[in-house]
Amino acid sequence: MKLKLHVNGEKKSVDVPPMKRLLDTLREELELTGTKEGCGEGECGACTVIVDGTAVNACLVPSCQVDGCDVQTVEGIARAGGKQAARLHRLQRAFLEHGAAQCGICTPGMLMAALALPKRATLDEIRAGLAGNLCRCTGYMKIYDAVAQFLDGERR
Amino acid sequence: MIAAANVDVLRPRHLKDALMMLRVAADEGRPLVPMAGGTDLFVTLNAGQKPAARYLDLWRLDKLRSVAADGRRGLVFGGLATFTDCIESKAVQKRLPILVDAARQVGGVQIQNRGTLAGNIENGSPAADGVPVLMAADATIVLRSLDDERRVPLASYYTGYRKTVRRADELIVAIEIDVPDGPQWFHKVGTRAAQAISKVVMAAIGHRVALGSVAPVIVRAHKLEAYVAAGGRDLAEAKRLAGADVSPIDDVRSTAEYRRRVVENLVAAWLPSLDGGGAARPAKRAAGLDKPPASR
Repeated sequence: MKLKLHVNGEKKSVDVPPMKRLLDTLREELELTGTKEGCGEGECGACTVIVDGTAVNACLVPSCQVDGCDVQTVEGIARAGGKQAARLHRLQRAFLEHGAAQCGICTPGMLMAALALPKRATLDEIRAGLAGNLCRCTGYMKIYDAVAQFLDGERR
Repeated sequence: MIAAANVDVLRPRHLKDALMMLRVAADEGRPLVPMAGGTDLFVTLNAGQKPAARYLDLWRLDKLRSVAADGRRGLVFGGLATFTDCIESKAVQKRLPILVDAARQVGGVQIQNRGTLAGNIENGSPAADGVPVLMAADATIVLRSLDDERRVPLASYYTGYRKTVRRADELIVAIEIDVPDGPQWFHKVGTRAAQAISKVVMAAIGHRVALGSVAPVIVRAHKLEAYVAAGGRDLAEAKRLAGADVSPIDDVRSTAEYRRRVVENLVAAWLPSLDGGGAARPAKRAAGLDKPPASR
């Protein structure tokens, strides 16, 4: 089916089978490979993207259900080109400062899930909001610290 | 990745169209598989299960995406109400807070945003987290077809493992609850606090008790209920009766023996709360109870 959607603010049109996973449409059709496949069963959150403002697992969403939607992926949060390090999103910079990534496979999903959190999220709400994102390296504390610092900055 | 190329998806915008499509498909003997948020469906497809030939995508039926208070104690959930909708609803927070507790334990936020109560019911998993709460609340399932609507008590909705009374031309359009009086209690025992499918899950409202993951379908603990409703409070007897109400098996997540033990522990944790006792917090070392249950 012909699918019209906005991806990271840009109009896109793709022709895909309706039950193709959003994850595969992003990676294979739109060549946005920042979104990772971890478990493929909604357990790990590595494929988290934001659809119309809510975090979803892209491995569990049929492409037909994002027709006409606004999809945000990790590629959209930093501005490409130029002095990249300086143009990273504030959340990405917080991850860097806190060493909130090791192997990196969970990071795109962590970033997107964190961006879907309410700005006033408490530490408990950060934990609950990221409970669907598994990280096997960091032990989570550095990630929570980075997200808390980012949200703190957003509130000022 | 799934072999999605030859799969047909019908995408109605209105309920009436959806019901018409279901009817035509049923009459043709090629039933449509209703699909809401896809959170259960895609797990089985991604694991290699052959997809059905045709799906009915319900996601655009926005009018079904509602949670509302009804009367003094009632709640009505539309067929597309998600777990997030339940968590955020002031009416649910006030009238059926254990449904909020249960919804928060369904996967992560990403699953809660897409998974629906009706899907949780229709999918028929004996480990469904939301269903025990609904069953303890004596929920009624509203099934609609093109020319008919019928109400089925959730307690008689399942006919066997993952089998329900829904006909191929029917859709769950709503779930109705008149929240019964009495203390509400919910506890899920899983491998870890988040992102775990339950080994045992128990919900209680007053003397009404529903248990998950301990039988081919979610069950009401009728023997236990009759005993406590008649005033019985002897713990040993309550445990024995609960044991007679369940028929757990060994599977990938746990063993029958462990599940029986945990059912007893849950009953021990719950029983004092029934009369408003403050002893709802079990000893932390009790098997499968590593944190206090939600008691309201």
